[in-house]
Amino acid sequence: MSGDARGQGDRKEPPDDEAVLSARLQRLGERLASASRPSENGSGPRQTADRSAFARGFRLSSELVAGVAVGAFIGWLIDRWLGLSPWGLVVFLLLGFAAGILNVMRAAGIVRERDLND
Amino acid sequence: MALDPIEQFQIHNLFPIAKIGNTEIAFTNSAAFMLAAVIGLTLFLLAATAGKNLVPTRLQSAAEIAYEFVATTVRSTAGAEGMTFFPFVFTIFMFVLALNMFGLIPFAFTVTSHIIITAALALTVFFTVLIYGLMRHGLRFFKLFVPKGVPVYLLPLIVAIEVLSFLSRPISHSVRLFANMLAGHIALQVFAGFIILLGGALGAIGWIGGAVPFAIIVALLALETLVAFLQAYVFAILTCIYLNDAIHPGH
Repeated sequence: MSGDARGQGDRKEPPDDEAVLSARLQRLGERLASASRPSENGSGPRQTADRSAFARGFRLSSELVAGVAVGAFIGWLIDRWLGLSPWGLVVFLLLGFAAGILNVMRAAGIVRERDLND
Repeated sequence: MALDPIEQFQIHNLFPIAKIGNTEIAFTNSAAFMLAAVIGLTLFLLAATAGKNLVPTRLQSAAEIAYEFVATTVRSTAGAEGMTFFPFVFTIFMFVLALNMFGLIPFAFTVTSHIIITAALALTVFFTVLIYGLMRHGLRFFKLFVPKGVPVYLLPLIVAIEVLSFLSRPISHSVRLFANMLAGHIALQVFAGFIILLGGALGAIGWIGGAVPFAIIVALLALETLVAFLQAYVFAILTCIYLNDAIHPGH
């Protein structure tokens, strides 16, 4: 609505300069492009998802803990089933830690989801 | 009793429904709130879409905003093909949002503060991704675990880490929502307990001093409203991100 009103207001005064008009058109084009971009761009909403620092910190810590927990659980299961104690736990705890770090880096956007690799 | 901040999370059996073996299946307060959320959402959406006005009424535009919001989220994270899952994501988002918001009503029960609920939702998403990915891409789905451009001798290690990272998803997915709701409601209850403690210990002066924790509760409640919405949104967007892997695994 405000855009319409402004457009009419602009039309009333004579366009003193062709360059001004084209600059304005370009600006409008940029604004329109930026307004319609979120529907195609994948990276937009992830930043808005973690708006508050607390939510961000919480998200990152839960990612790390989840990785370690899954590693520990799988290692413990392997120890139980195969009787490899303590090697399953040792190996999978380390792998789980690495997976947790990978989760954190993905969540923080340091490593993009997967397509950075190719 | 009012001073116990955990007491609000207790499950009460309202009435028994069925009996399987020796386990009694009862209708609990948690189930009651879930039912209330589902009925409330259904009535809201039915009422909002009943008119189908070109110029929406307030109710209809609320439903349209919700639709647009989720549709934009799905399209931007999972692409146009992700819209296959729009009903799924919309249901999850509205359900979690309604449960979170209902939980903010004083004396109400917060269903999403129980990890069994959030874990069930997260596991539903997890298995949807797994089954849909395997159905659609067959064994190529497992390319998800093999990043491109990794030297062959590092591959076993990388694949193991990727698989663990994939398996850890439902945990972080569910824990985030559950812990946020739990922590928020405990904080509210603790500050509410301060008022009663002050009043009980110091009498009239205490009740006046209780204005301070009361002000904090008001501020916390505003924050919790934001968190309730934000966590429903985060839950939905993570669902979209995971579904994106099922739709486009080889990226």
